[in-house]
Amino acid sequence: MKTLRRQLLCLSAMTVLMASLAQFAAISSPAYAVQPDEVMADTTKEARARALSLQLRCLVCQNQSIDDSDAPLARDLRVLVRERITAGDSDSDVMDYVVARYGDFVLLKPPFKLSTLVLWLSPILLLAAGIAMMRSSTRTRPLRDTDGSGLTAVEQKKLDEILKRET
Amino acid sequence: MIIEFGHFALILALLVAAFQTVVPAIGARTNDARLMQVAEPAAVSQLFLLLIAFVALMHAYITSDFSVANVATNSHSTKPLIYKISGVWGNHEGSMLLWVMILALFGAAVALFGNNLPPTLKANVLAVQASIALAFLLFIVLTSDPFARLEIPPADGQGLNPILQDPALAFHPPFLYTGYVGFSIAFSFAIAALIEGRIDAAWARWVRPWTLAAWMFLTIGIAMGSWWAYYELGWGGWWFWDPVENASFMPWLAGTALLHSALVMEKREALKVWTILLAILTFSLSLMGAFIVRSGVLTSVHSFAVDPERGVFILGILVFFTGGGLALFALRAKDMRIGGLFAPMSREGSLVLNNLLLVTSTATVLIGTLYPLVLEAATGDKISVGPPFFNMTFGPLMLPLLLAMPFGPLMAWKRGDAYAAAQRLMFAVIAALVVVVAVYATFARGPWLAPFGIALGVFVMMGALTEWATRIKLGAAPTAEVVRRARNLPRSNYGTLLAHFGVGLMVVGIVATSAYQEERILVMKPGDGVEVGGYTVAFKGASPGRGPNYREEIAKFDVTRGDAAIALLEPSKRVYDAPPQPTTESGIHASWRGDLYVVIGDDQGGGAYAVRAYFNPLVRFIWLGALIMFIGGGVSLSDRRLRVGAPVKAPRSAPIAAE
Repeated sequence: MKTLRRQLLCLSAMTVLMASLAQFAAISSPAYAVQPDEVMADTTKEARARALSLQLRCLVCQNQSIDDSDAPLARDLRVLVRERITAGDSDSDVMDYVVARYGDFVLLKPPFKLSTLVLWLSPILLLAAGIAMMRSSTRTRPLRDTDGSGLTAVEQKKLDEILKRET
Repeated sequence: MIIEFGHFALILALLVAAFQTVVPAIGARTNDARLMQVAEPAAVSQLFLLLIAFVALMHAYITSDFSVANVATNSHSTKPLIYKISGVWGNHEGSMLLWVMILALFGAAVALFGNNLPPTLKANVLAVQASIALAFLLFIVLTSDPFARLEIPPADGQGLNPILQDPALAFHPPFLYTGYVGFSIAFSFAIAALIEGRIDAAWARWVRPWTLAAWMFLTIGIAMGSWWAYYELGWGGWWFWDPVENASFMPWLAGTALLHSALVMEKREALKVWTILLAILTFSLSLMGAFIVRSGVLTSVHSFAVDPERGVFILGILVFFTGGGLALFALRAKDMRIGGLFAPMSREGSLVLNNLLLVTSTATVLIGTLYPLVLEAATGDKISVGPPFFNMTFGPLMLPLLLAMPFGPLMAWKRGDAYAAAQRLMFAVIAALVVVVAVYATFARGPWLAPFGIALGVFVMMGALTEWATRIKLGAAPTAEVVRRARNLPRSNYGTLLAHFGVGLMVVGIVATSAYQEERILVMKPGDGVEVGGYTVAFKGASPGRGPNYREEIAKFDVTRGDAAIALLEPSKRVYDAPPQPTTESGIHASWRGDLYVVIGDDQGGGAYAVRAYFNPLVRFIWLGALIMFIGGGVSLSDRRLRVGAPVKAPRSAPIAAE
């Protein structure tokens, strides 16, 4: 039993991008996504459906949009999106409809709310912090240049030679 | 027998690594030359022992020795030879062996080629490098033994996942690992410098070639994975912002920042503290990548083995080296002197901006990747962070980076003149504006921003050429002088030119294919035709076929353009014998305009098939750009080796040899 478990683990434990697609292929046959019979006759509506599909997660897959996945549930969701569009829903109506049934988890772009505040604000805050750090470090920089860098006389000479050779 | 020999060599390598971790470090501390000198033979023998172990495992794969558990689970006797070999690293245990072997390879390279390093620094670097190898060797020996035998060998193996049986993917991991692991050298140098408490321009000079080598291989490794995904997965995607992809992308971003900050440190002795921190963080991100990939904590398309024991072990390694490195940094950083003053508008200033944007984007990717995990652990809420989030946050950070990129190399050190640089870039700006108009004229459709995106790529490419033209005084000096200058321009300048040009080319490819892809999804009967990307694609029917270890249905499509026959595409659907798994093989016709990409889906009865046909404009620029970046790295590396790594007489003889 233990060897069996080990073997199963070995089988699934694979490497970086290689391993990657291993399991994925086992779960779903090669990605095929949108099937010809799903495509809507109205090209504008179809384009809207495709754009929305890219924003929705296939819930039984790992990290794929329903547009990329050919799992049956992804197909159901794609059909649902198209039904709502045919029924005259706007894009946001369709999204609300899907989120009401499946929760925020279905959104590949998480909604902006309290629990995702850090996620959404961190790029801006980090950038601001970086700029602030940069400015303060240039301001408090001591007016001392390269002397006293801890090089011995021989090392300094060697370094100078290297630098001279390069220029 | 050979397997036991390999196993024994692996354990010996572990002991050598333990020895190499301790003895040279003591030697450096007590200033005992003999103790320090043992680091070199130890590093070389560690590599030698791991080579023996690796070759032993490879032998078992080539001879299909199914008494070895690892071979039985991951190989099959009918597999073509090349995939028997690549199967060695196509699994967790074997890939870890490859990982430590590359770790030892870099260590041995420092031991052999680092003749110009001060003895204590060299001893410390090799000791730190050995400690990393020691941690991973312990991991392999205790949790992931590739040499374990089976009591009852099976008649045949379980086979390698068929979608991994592909030439590009066979060599993707070695390149990727060389990149990942190569950053360990920068880490070891940083730790050694912190231990010694001495950091100067020379340090950056020693570290930069290793970082550059790692960066090159990571670049090409990621590009190979992306290229493979494009033609193998059957829907023409080339990047998915999947956690596992992000795991390789984060060290790349941080490594790119490190390359640029080390440049400032080398030339101007500024940003020392920052560069050391970046060296620690870059390798930490490599370790985090290993953790993400092998622990199964994150769900990805590439869902991995969930083995808590292994995951915890790697987490331990990550915490030890990152935490230890950062703690040491916190203790020592305040003693480091800040040198090299510069104005915000200068070469240094532009490189600081580069670092700011690259590090922020690294952090954005990191937070996006880990956020769902942390949130679920903290509150139980489940959210998804997918491509729309990353495109929305990462894109705006890349925009100023790409805009500023051509300015940097045109600015002088210390105090630059942005206005003069802008004047020099006039030609690049005009070229970009022409491209905007041309793209609008060609494509009436698509997002209105797309032509500007393509123009931005062109601006970066032209900016790289402008810098070169300025340096050789193209158009401002007699031809003979220009030729002489072009010849004498250091190779590292050519390296920068190529790498920046490659980035521009990649941007053009990414924007063009994202904005202007054409797609047709339909059912085709034999005799049906469809128009896509200016081509007419006619379905000729499908027939069954048989490969070495798979059955397939091959469809035939005649591709014509106007009256001219262009190509015969043969996309297929395969089912492999072991394991019995379906794959799609795309039919691709490549040209400079872009790729015609055809895949077939389900049999719809009566000889009809579901068909997807795409036209992906300029998509090859993405990988061509990466290849040019790789070559640029190589050109730059060849320059530095001549000047620094080689003995003193080399610079005199080298130019003659180079003619």
